Amino acid sequence: MTDTSRLIARRRRQDLVFNVAGVVCTLLGIITLGALLVDLLWAGLTRINWQFLTSFPSRNAANAGVLSAWVGSLLLMLVTVSLAVPLGVAAGVYLEEYARKHWITTIIEINIANLAGVPSIIYGLMALGLLVYQFHLGQTLLVGGITLALLILPVVIVATREALRAIPIGIREAAYALGATRWQVIKDHLLPYSAGGIATGTIIAMSRAIGETAPLVTIGALTFIAFLPPSPVQAEFPFVNLRWLNSPFSVLPIQMFNWVSRPTPDFHRNAAAAGLVLILMTLSLNAAAIAIRYRLRRRIKW
Amino acid sequence: MLGRGKRYLKDRLIGSLLFLAALSSVGVTTGIVAILVFESAPFFGHVSLWEFLTDTIWTPLFADPHYGILPLVSGTLVTTGVALAVALPVGTMIAIYLSEYAPFALREIIKPVLELLSAVPTVVYGYFALLFVTPLLQRLFPELPTFSMLSAGIVMGVMIIPYVSSLSEDAMRAVPMLLREGAYALGANKMITSIRVVYPAALSGIGAAYILGISRAIGETMIVAIAAGMQPNFTLNPAQPAATITAYIVQVSMGDLPHGSIGYQSIFAAGLTLFLMTLGFNILGHMLRKRFREAY
Repeated sequence: MTDTSRLIARRRRQDLVFNVAGVVCTLLGIITLGALLVDLLWAGLTRINWQFLTSFPSRNAANAGVLSAWVGSLLLMLVTVSLAVPLGVAAGVYLEEYARKHWITTIIEINIANLAGVPSIIYGLMALGLLVYQFHLGQTLLVGGITLALLILPVVIVATREALRAIPIGIREAAYALGATRWQVIKDHLLPYSAGGIATGTIIAMSRAIGETAPLVTIGALTFIAFLPPSPVQAEFPFVNLRWLNSPFSVLPIQMFNWVSRPTPDFHRNAAAAGLVLILMTLSLNAAAIAIRYRLRRRIKW
Repeated sequence: MLGRGKRYLKDRLIGSLLFLAALSSVGVTTGIVAILVFESAPFFGHVSLWEFLTDTIWTPLFADPHYGILPLVSGTLVTTGVALAVALPVGTMIAIYLSEYAPFALREIIKPVLELLSAVPTVVYGYFALLFVTPLLQRLFPELPTFSMLSAGIVMGVMIIPYVSSLSEDAMRAVPMLLREGAYALGANKMITSIRVVYPAALSGIGAAYILGISRAIGETMIVAIAAGMQPNFTLNPAQPAATITAYIVQVSMGDLPHGSIGYQSIFAAGLTLFLMTLGFNILGHMLRKRFREAY
């Protein structure tokens, strides 16, 4: 009898130790994240001011700023999203709503799963060889945007498919019963209902894309840009112009990489400050995605 | 109002457009493979495959060029190994804790916070590795150089923790309650149940999570480019600086390299090697999933 109770006590102790180990591992991850943020804030917070956000890079660390970098990052995201969303949603809709079981469909599906595992720098090499040197598009915002759009394409496709799959089949059947064509069902019902899910997935993908450095370095994005691309909007007709697409560019992660690679502590402080701006952008995108998901969960009850 | 026939014609037309969009993803893969092969073909015309795979010196841009990929491969494997030594045990423990031990409310808070670990841009991790982790390690090991595979690998491991923990946890939670109850009925505690019952039952999903972590680590660029140094170094000692395949590509891309030069071709040869390595792991993952699949 005492043997049994001793055995039980030992098992309980064993279980407790294992539980504590789990907590420690979880804390390890969270503490590292905290240390990273505190380290960045410590080094970079005092560097962030109006001058830093509105100045071009400079050889003098104290005068340098991230103006061209954050403008470049935002414009690049604009190109990326306007390319990746139509293409990704169209592909997702096809695979989920149109495709019959067919060997071509199977190949497309395996291919998308594999694309998601290709390192981002490989996309950069592809863009360098194909867009920059074969098509002579140059190292422009357009090429950077295409590269990142292809990079996040699998994520957008998967998000679209999951959002469509969550819509009950009854919705489709009701619309078909009233004589709607497949496209009418998609356009009037499925796309509006899945818009939130697609938006969430796309924003998460963007938060990854905005921090991407390697593929952009590979296509030859510049680290020293002391001018802004031409403005996308103008006062006279037709009010928008596309010349900015052909402009060379820099982005926040590349600017940060450039500063962190220099040996002097002054530039390291700049790097930390640029990192803070970058993390702020990433976190706001993530927060937006979480907010959309939360509202969606409350609103939709099939 | 379109007539009935026209409406269905329009439907067919849109269907074909959507099909083209789906097919474009195959175009991307084809483009990647074609460009990697096409641009590195002149390189392999210049350098024999034997030299590429067996020479232990990689100096394509030097006056006395050597074209052995081994130092870059060793750098990639050592940093990946260090990262896995951190991410696999910690990620698995987190997954077990969240799936088997943690109360529901706590899990709902911790999961998104951990996901943030993979949302932090890698260039920021590079900064953290070089200017926080390396000085910290140097207090423990004063002889550690400024650039080391150890510190880059550790930080890379932290970055891939959520890839491992999140997918593993999903796999473990999909294990039916009945199996756990069976174990409890036989007198097992939670730890034994987790390790001997839940973990093996979820192995196919957990294996997929591990493979995803491995291919992330192999393809990771900025952390190693910043914190591991950019000198090709044929060594298996993590306490030394070394270049990975990805770091070499970044290093060469930053310089102004004329199109068609041997240096330009060499980054595509390196890229092809990297692509084949990750492809190999992805296929392995696919096979593991099939092999260890447990259907309930």
